[in-house]
Amino acid sequence: MNFNFSEDQLLMKEEVKKLLDKENSVKRNRNILEGEEKFDKELWDQLVQMGLTATTIPEEYGGIGMGFLELCVIAEELGRGIAPVPFSSSVYLATTAILNSSNEDIKKEFLPKLASGEIIGTFAHSEKTTFPSESGISVAAKSGKITGKKVAVPDGDIANFALVSATSGKNKVGLYLVDLSADGVKVDSLETFDPSRSHADISFKNTPAKELSPNAWEDIEKLLDQSAVLFAFEQVGGAEAAMNQAKDYAMGRYAFGRAIASFQAIKHKVADMYISLQLARSNCYYGAWALSNDAPELPTAAATARVSATKAFYECSKENIQTHGGMGATWEFDCHLFYRRARLLSSNIGSQGIWKDKLITSLEKSNSPS
Amino acid sequence: MDFNDTKDEAKFRDEVNSWLSANADKKEHAKDIYRPAEMSGESESGESSALKDAKAWQAKKYDAGWACLHWPKDYGGRDATPMERVIWGQEESKFKVPGGFFEIGQGMAGPVLMLYATEEQKKRYLPPMAKGEEIWCQLFSEPGAGSDLAGIKTKAELDGDTWTINGQKVWTSGAHYSDYGIIVTRSDFSAPKHKGLTYFFLDMKSPGVEVRPIKQITGGANFNEVYFTDVKIPDSQRLGEIGDGWKVSLTTLMNERLAVGDASGVDFQEIFELAKDQDFNGDAAISNGAVREKLADWYCEQSGLKYTKMRNISALSQGSTPGPEASITKIVSANKLQDIANYGMDLMDNASIARDEETAIFQGSLLGAPLIRIAGGTDEVLKNIIAEQVLGMPQDIRVDKNVPFNEIPTGSKN
Repeated sequence: MNFNFSEDQLLMKEEVKKLLDKENSVKRNRNILEGEEKFDKELWDQLVQMGLTATTIPEEYGGIGMGFLELCVIAEELGRGIAPVPFSSSVYLATTAILNSSNEDIKKEFLPKLASGEIIGTFAHSEKTTFPSESGISVAAKSGKITGKKVAVPDGDIANFALVSATSGKNKVGLYLVDLSADGVKVDSLETFDPSRSHADISFKNTPAKELSPNAWEDIEKLLDQSAVLFAFEQVGGAEAAMNQAKDYAMGRYAFGRAIASFQAIKHKVADMYISLQLARSNCYYGAWALSNDAPELPTAAATARVSATKAFYECSKENIQTHGGMGATWEFDCHLFYRRARLLSSNIGSQGIWKDKLITSLEKSNSPS
Repeated sequence: MDFNDTKDEAKFRDEVNSWLSANADKKEHAKDIYRPAEMSGESESGESSALKDAKAWQAKKYDAGWACLHWPKDYGGRDATPMERVIWGQEESKFKVPGGFFEIGQGMAGPVLMLYATEEQKKRYLPPMAKGEEIWCQLFSEPGAGSDLAGIKTKAELDGDTWTINGQKVWTSGAHYSDYGIIVTRSDFSAPKHKGLTYFFLDMKSPGVEVRPIKQITGGANFNEVYFTDVKIPDSQRLGEIGDGWKVSLTTLMNERLAVGDASGVDFQEIFELAKDQDFNGDAAISNGAVREKLADWYCEQSGLKYTKMRNISALSQGSTPGPEASITKIVSANKLQDIANYGMDLMDNASIARDEETAIFQGSLLGAPLIRIAGGTDEVLKNIIAEQVLGMPQDIRVDKNVPFNEIPTGSKN
């Protein structure tokens, strides 16, 4: 058996890591956080140039025809580097949604441009303040036009188009592709918890929309499961970076005449980070297997990966600050960049409570959890 | 990324399966485990019947070449690869077969003998150990030395070529049915504590060895105190040099971490079923959001451990050495066991107080979990190991490191 990534995939992971290290993506995160730009266009262009946005797109649509496993290793590195780019919105979500659909016209029109980075897409789903259930979608679709409001859409003020969940009647939620420069679209950028990733409220008023899939709740659930695995890898990458920061700082910081890394209170703290990280990583690997094989276990595997990765990133990022002491809580140190990103990723695509509930629901359905 | 056997692995698995199918009964479900004829689990008769069955099964495996697979053929093994050993374990666990008596000998004493015993001793002791004819125990912990194992006080004095042993060991699993034991002693009280130790193996039937069971909080007695009064050990049964006992002990402990596996008792499946059955404010407990969140956390831990194991097996299958990830297994599973048991009793509310068919496994797990969190390295020792050996953080500063052992202070609880 080979329950691991292939050598080629690991090589690719290393290449992405090298690029992000060379470009100092953590510093770039800070620049976006403190500056006026909504994302790091320069870094984005380099990722595009490397072909990363084309990863899962088949060659016939201008992509490079690799799979989700490659996307998993890329996600981990983007998380490690807390890269300030709209990759999750455009690639994990928008690209995957279009790949999932059987709408050949949309595929032909959008996939080549997504691959080349010419356009950026996003998924507009949240309404009010909660992650919606099927009956909670109020954006309405009628005769090829949508009306209503989505909130806190990731990269909503960066993306050229959005896939919008909208209802055309009772329990009839569809997924609609909307050009964000079209008539009736109003985008309001938000001041956010983690300004390294831009979010916006988007209102639609009789905005033209192309139907990607008509009765799409199952498709949306599937898209969320698929992207949950990718988000989880990103979270694991971030968690590992935070754990290593804590460890490195503790080794170099002396107090009471010795490295604080020699105190059990600190060692056990870092060991706890390691434990939650390993559990998350192993669950992510299983998620990657289910995702790349489109296995029936995907809902369970995705929720498991998502829940444990969310937990790991939170734990590692908060205890990283604690290990640093007072300096860890300054604006100057990078600890808070990871702490912010951990929290942001926990909310994107639905919070911990939602995914825990999804996990137990899928176990109840499959009835054979072990 | 896959879970598939290689061609050779599949062939080996088939071979294993056909032998097991011809010689044992397949489990019908996960809980369909082997039970000895006179089952009580705790009484002397239950244990001896289980021991008899276990010896018979081990001998059967040995005769067919399926005992201690990874050992050299000369010593009763099969010269199998680590992956073949894993496959055997996976397949054997699908059958209703007895076990539980030979792990310490085969998992800990065997590897030490292989490294430190003479060729003659290896030929004499290893095959009966593999066959289950002779059972071994490990005499390490003492009343004053558990996590700080190098603090042992059992005294070894050399006169001619015979050693005399005096002292007390504790937490010795299976001492009451063991034929031999491995023991670490102090041969020099004026040397610093890690430098005055010497390691032996001995016949547990030697005059002066007295085994007394320890009644645990579960009410069972799986461990013993072992007293040594002028026990004689020939110098030929020393393993390693005089004063080198710490080094030999570390070899043993490294293997202990491999031998101590998942905590047995209630796990996710049990609490999941209970939550579906149990009423909670007029509805099934599982429909309650707080209960669902708890269940999800435990499922993630169980799954995380399962796939951590898979990552290790995968490394073996690919011909590389497994990483240190498995060091998290006991900490996570023992704490999960304790918390699931406690939460299960919470869900059963007042009904959890009485001991009956449904509550017994939760009660037993709750009482058994504290010992699992301590045995084979406490949570705290394991976290030190993760921090130091996996993450490369520095050791604690040791105030007793270079002090002669007999000058190290002890407290009122030693």
